[in-house]
Parts: sequence; C-alpha cells; structure tokens
Amino acid sequence: MGRVLAVIIWLLTLLSVVIFFNKKWWLPPAISDHAPALDRQFVLTIIIVGIAFTAAQVGLGWMVWKYRDSGRADDRALYTHGSNRLEVIWTVITAIVFIGLGVMGQRVWASLRLHDAPPGSYSVEVVAQQFQWNFHYSGKDNVFGRTDPSLIDDSALNFIGIDEADPSAKDDAVTSSLVIPVNRPVELKLRSKDVIHSFWVPPLRFKQDLVPGMEIKVHFTANKVGKYELACAELCGQLHFKMKSYMLVLPEDQLTALRALPQEQFQAKLQELLTNTPLAPSY
Amino acid sequence: MSETHEVHRHPAPTGFIRKYIFSVDHKVIGIQYIMLALAAVVVGMLMSLLMRLNLSWPGTKWSILETLFPAGAPGGVMNPEFYLSLVTMHGTIMVFFVLTTAPQGGFGNYFLPIQIGAEDMAFPVLNMLSFWVTFVGFIVILAAIFLSGSDSTVGPIGGWTGYAPLSALGAIAGPGQGMGMNLWIISIAIFCVGSLLGALNFITTLLNMRTRGMSLMRMPLTCWAWFTTAVLALLSFPVLLGGGILLLLDRTAGTSFFIPGGLYVSGVLSGSNPNFPLHTGGSPILWQHLFWFFGHPEVYIAILPGMGATSHILATFARKPVFGYRAMVFAIFAIGLLGFFVWGHHMFISGMSPYSAIAFSVLTLSIGVPSAVKTFNWIGTLWGARIRFSTPMLFALGFVSLFVAGGITGLILGQSSLDLPMHDTYIVPAHFHLVMGVASIFGMFAATYFWFPKMFGRLMNERLGQIHFWITFVGVYSIFVPMHVMGLVGMPRRFSSFTEYEFLKELHPLVVFVSIAAIITITIQLLFYFNVFWSMFKGKKAGDNPWEATTLEWNTTSPPPHDNFAGVIPSVYRGPYEFAVPGAPKDFLMQADSGAEVTSGNGHNGHKH
Repeated sequence: MGRVLAVIIWLLTLLSVVIFFNKKWWLPPAISDHAPALDRQFVLTIIIVGIAFTAAQVGLGWMVWKYRDSGRADDRALYTHGSNRLEVIWTVITAIVFIGLGVMGQRVWASLRLHDAPPGSYSVEVVAQQFQWNFHYSGKDNVFGRTDPSLIDDSALNFIGIDEADPSAKDDAVTSSLVIPVNRPVELKLRSKDVIHSFWVPPLRFKQDLVPGMEIKVHFTANKVGKYELACAELCGQLHFKMKSYMLVLPEDQLTALRALPQEQFQAKLQELLTNTPLAPSY
Repeated sequence: MSETHEVHRHPAPTGFIRKYIFSVDHKVIGIQYIMLALAAVVVGMLMSLLMRLNLSWPGTKWSILETLFPAGAPGGVMNPEFYLSLVTMHGTIMVFFVLTTAPQGGFGNYFLPIQIGAEDMAFPVLNMLSFWVTFVGFIVILAAIFLSGSDSTVGPIGGWTGYAPLSALGAIAGPGQGMGMNLWIISIAIFCVGSLLGALNFITTLLNMRTRGMSLMRMPLTCWAWFTTAVLALLSFPVLLGGGILLLLDRTAGTSFFIPGGLYVSGVLSGSNPNFPLHTGGSPILWQHLFWFFGHPEVYIAILPGMGATSHILATFARKPVFGYRAMVFAIFAIGLLGFFVWGHHMFISGMSPYSAIAFSVLTLSIGVPSAVKTFNWIGTLWGARIRFSTPMLFALGFVSLFVAGGITGLILGQSSLDLPMHDTYIVPAHFHLVMGVASIFGMFAATYFWFPKMFGRLMNERLGQIHFWITFVGVYSIFVPMHVMGLVGMPRRFSSFTEYEFLKELHPLVVFVSIAAIITITIQLLFYFNVFWSMFKGKKAGDNPWEATTLEWNTTSPPPHDNFAGVIPSVYRGPYEFAVPGAPKDFLMQADSGAEVTSGNGHNGHKH
C-alpha cells in the first residue's frame, strides 16, 4: 500500500510539473516594456515553487515507501520528539527564500505603480459600463473635454457624458475599442459608470480594476503593433463574459494621422483597421 | 476541580426531541453540524457539476435542466445569469456551510471536550443555540435559491465575495440582484452570529475545563487547531457581520456606505428615478476591505482543523510522536496571527494604495514560513515511522500532499507584480480550491474515517474507504492542476462561457478534461455517503480504542456516554503522542495511563485549575 501511494504521489508530481512547464499552455507572448522583468520574476518564482513542490512530494513519497509497519510487535518506530536544530534551520531557510522572493517581486510593481506616467505619455480616458467599454481621446489640444454623469445618455450615444458646450470637447472622440501608439508610454485614466470592472489584456501582463467613484491612473508601454483581445476580468453582472473589446497598437505616425480625422471618420477608420487586422497569435 | 464539573453535570435526556433535536449534548450537536455539512456539500457539489457541464459543452441541450429550471435554462441551455448564480451559491454554501461547519462545529464540538477531559462544553445551551442559528442560516440560503427575485437564477450573481456596488444597487443592476441578494446577506449575518456563539464556547471550554494534568502543552494538536480557529472566528466574523448589515442598509434603507455618487446604471442616473434613489459618498473598496478582513482568516478557519486532524492521525498511524510538537503549536499561532495581516493580497489591483500592496505582499509570503514548518514536521513525523495504512491515514497523507500542492502557488499569487497577469484568472480558483477546499475536505475525510468508530461504535468499511481515497486523490489533482495552466494562459474566472475569446479556445481540451475528472470524482463520493450510513448500522463493531491511539477520547466507550467518561474523569500524565516509547510494554502510552514505570517525554507538571 505504501509503495503504491508513493508511486502515485510521484506520478502526480511528475505530471503536474510537466503540465506546468509545457510549451503549449503558457503565458502569451509579451508585448509590454515591463513584461520581461515580470516574466523573469515569474520564472524565478515558478522554479522555486517547482523545486519546493517536488522536494516535498518526493520526500513524502519516500517516507511512505520506506517506513511501513512490519507488523512485528518488537519492531517499533523511532522515538523522537523532534530536533530544535532542524526547526531553526528550516525556518530560517524558508524565511529567507520566501520573504526574499516577496521583496524581489516588488521591483516590477514599484516601477509601474509608485510613479506617475512619464511626461509625454499618450493619455486615454477609459469609462467602463455594464458590458461595454468606452475609450475617450482628447484631440489636438491634448485636453479632455469636461464630462458629467448627469449628461450621460446611452440612448443618444453620449456614453460618458461629454459636455458639448465645453470648447475642449470639440475635438474629442469616444470609441468602443482602444487604440494606442507603440513604444510610447500610455496613461489610462480608469473610471466606471456603474459597477466594478477590470481592464485585462493578457499579452500586456497588465490588469487594473475600474472602480465607480474613483479615477485610477495607470501606465504602461506597449512595444509590439497588433490587435489584441481586451476582456473584463471582474465579475460585473449577467453578460460579464461578453464584455469584450480590442486593443489596437499602431505605429505612432499612423495613429497621429488617424486621430487627425474628425470623430465619425476616426471611428469608421478605426473599425475598418480592426476588421482588417488579424489577431496577434496568443501562443 | 470536581466543583467545576458539578456545575456542568446534567442528566441524560430521555425524550427524542431533547435527545436528538434540541440537544445540549456537545456530541449530538457535533453530529448535527456534520450532518448539516453533509447535506450542504451535496447542494454545493451538484452546483459545481452543472457549472462544469455548461463550461465544457456549451450550447448542449440538457432536457433535465429545462424541466428543473425552465427560466434558468430555457431549451435546456443555461443562461449566463443562471450560471453566475450557481457560482455564487456554490462558493457561499461550500465556504460557510461546509468548510466552516464540519471541521469546527462538527468534529471540534464532538472531540474538543472529550480530548481535554471535560464532560461537555462550557455553555451547553449556547452550544445548542449556535447550531440552530447556523441551521436557520442554511434554511435562509436555501430560500435564496427559490426566492431569488428573478426566476432565471438560483440566487444572487455577484460571486461569494459579493463585491459592491453590484451587490448594493438592487434589481437595477440586473437579474439576481433582488430578493435573493437580501436573503444571501441575511443568511450570512445569521451564520456569523452562530459562529460567534460557537467560538466563545470553544475558547472558554478549552481554557477552563481541562482535566487534571492536561497542561496546554499536553493538548492534542487538534485542540490547538480548534482553539486558534475559534479565536480567528471570534475576531473576524463580527467584521463580516457589520459589513453585511451596512450592505443590507445600502440596499434597503437608501444609505451609501458602498455606493459612490454619480452612478449611471442600466440607463438610469442615480437620483433621477424612484427605482434608483440618490446615492453619494460611498466607497466600493471599503466593502472589499471589510469582506477580506473576514475572508482571509476564514481560509484558516477552514483549514486549521484539518491540519490539527492530520497531525493527530499521522502520529497515530505512524506509531510515532509528532515531530516538533512545540514548533507545530507556534506555527498554528503564527498562521493565525499573520492571517489577519494579509487580507490586502486579494486587492492588489482593486485601486487601493500601491504602497499598502507592498506591505501585504511581503506579509503574505511570510505566512508561507509557518506553513512550510508544518509540512516539514509532518514529513519528520513519518521519518523512522512504522506506518499503518488505514483509510484515515491515507487521507491524512493525501492532506499533506494536497496542502503542499495548493499552498505553494501562494508564493506566486502573493506577489503583487505577478498578480497583474494572474489576478482573477483560473489560477486563483485552482490555488484556493486545492488548499482551502480539497485539502480541508481531505482533513475531514481523514477525521471521519478516524473518529467514526468512536462516534458510532462501528468501523467504516475499509475497502470502500480505500477505493474512495484512491479515486478522489487522483481525481482532485486531475481537476485542479490543469486549472493552474488555464490561469497562465489568462482564462478569467466567473465567465459563463469561453466562446467569445479567441485566446481561450486553445484551452478547450483542458476544460473538457477537468469536467470529466470532476464528474468522476463527484460520482465516487456516493461511495463515501453509502459507507457512512451503511457502517452506522452494519459496520464492524469497534472497541474503545480500535486504532491503539493515545488521547483521552480513546479512554471511554464507543460511543461515549452522555457525560463522556461515565462520571470518572481521567487524569493526564503525559503528552498526547507517546508512541514507541522505549521500554514501554506496548508501542503506545495513553495520556491517561498512570504507569510510573516509564518516564516519557513532554511530561510537564500537571495543569492546575
């Protein structure tokens, strides 16, 4: 029985490790500047996790393999209550490894979250609502027109409540897909009209909740042109699974030309680009 | 000493109702809790089965579904809100009515007083109330299934975490947010009250009612686990209770604790319409803080009793003292204490301060240290052992394996940066199901097979038990390990369908594999149910001490008499796990063996009242 259990534990361990380190199901190819550092931290972590997992399971299997009851009355177990030395050694070693890993893991976080977006970032307001994304771009003036919840009128397609009387709103545009420049820091100002949503583009290695009543500013730099799926990652109600959009990363000059178009043409042209651009492969 | 016990002595009741229904006997109450969990887990498991069907074979027409839920599954195909209500109710029922009731209210209630040599809990009537309050909570959550306010759901659809403002806005936020949500909050509030009553009782009993010689450091590790769990419950449930009341007020009294101003929901501006009154100034993140201040300790409430049972059973069947008893006690404390400082790791990307994320992250990784210490000591206990492979031992060994497998990915999820890709993907349910769900349940399976002969005087069928173990053990690995990989690819949790996204399509074979594994694993649990009820009446008769164990519950008859020790409370002379003592006549020395011929370890002076 002990040997069977040991073999099953070892087999399960082996299979778990194999499925974790397969090539097919893995993080999607990264497209952001912070991703390589994040992926390195992930790989380091998963190696430590893999070693600790394997060592513990192999050890457990070894004990059940080796120390079976012989059934003889005179054959007794080792009488020991433990070893303080061992306790100290393994406590200190795990403390150093685990906490060290935790501290190292803050580097990427700090670089992204403890600083404002660099000057000259491309700025987009994101306003989520149940099952739909709205992306608000300032025009040539680089100033976002005033918005006000009391001006929101979904039936008139004023999804984010833009104040048409505000002169700086004249050249603004609102789309249902996100378009950003490549290799230039992007700042998103995240808001929500109703419940909590979450901005999630897997190859970007980036996720952030959009919380009603708050404007959350985040930033990242995408470094690969292409079309990517954008999902809502926070349960927001009935059609949460359909709250889908796309993120289109364009060369800067192409984006500048696109943004120079009047609102309707911008939307139409963006739609055309989205239709004609194939999705970036996810693995 | 004896005076203390006089106070609690009460004659055995004779009527059926006082004996089995409104009983004040901790043993009956313990069994009531276990039965409640056995009933609740069926509901929770059936819900997960339905979810798996929907995820792996989308669009398939299940005519049985249409018969049962004509509005939730029109044409036999589940609609999204029905799926989400299954998600919510599955989580709520499993976390509260299974993982919090059986380990603590069930086995803790039954065995804590006996293991410390007490005749009952300190407050027997309070104990009865705590069960019946919990039972009412269960009735209310069942009511939420049938009175959800929209006939296309079986309850609210916001997940067991009930994040505001989705949970706070009421029917305007969509299906499932009406009466079902109110009942959900009320059920949990009632549950909190029941758990608080129980926690007070556990703490008082353990501190005041230990028999002569039962010093704290001679207690079985199960008692340490139940005690720490009770302290966690005492400190965390009030916060959830308070949060729940505020949430209910937001929904029914027009307050704005969790609802900010300027919301525009389903085409209506807050305050512009009687269906959606004016709200202003609330904070959605406040709910998350209150919820997770409870929710994280709750994870340890679910698993600490399993750890205690595992330590206890490993030593018994290894025929060897627990390795590093003292370190085990400190590790339980460390886990309990640190458990209160890490709730923010559920909220790295919630919009809270990124600086606090750093503190929460480092504290979270440090909770891995006492968890690792426990694992090392379990393996240490097996080193040089003479293992007897009975079903309880198999499940205890399974617990260790699963606890490692599930717990270790906490090193990934606890890092704020890695949460950027990992948060709210399938790696999260994979992680917590393995560790707080399946490992805890393995602890309870071990406890059931182990203590069943004491509770019912008969052994469970060993052959059925072993089949149950092998299939369940391989089954749960097959279900939850592939889910980790889905998370790496980026599959979001709480999606009722994966067909909308191209990047999720490559995962479909895994989704189907997991569902098949789940169906097999769930089906085999019938064997466990059969074994429990068959063995109650037909099982092999067990003596007082069928496992040759050492602690006080094995010093009395199986099942124990109403006052546990028939009026003669044993005194304790040694530590709880004195196996293989050199020179002893047998390979185990019971705590109550007074034999002075052997001096064994852990022999502190007797505790004095």
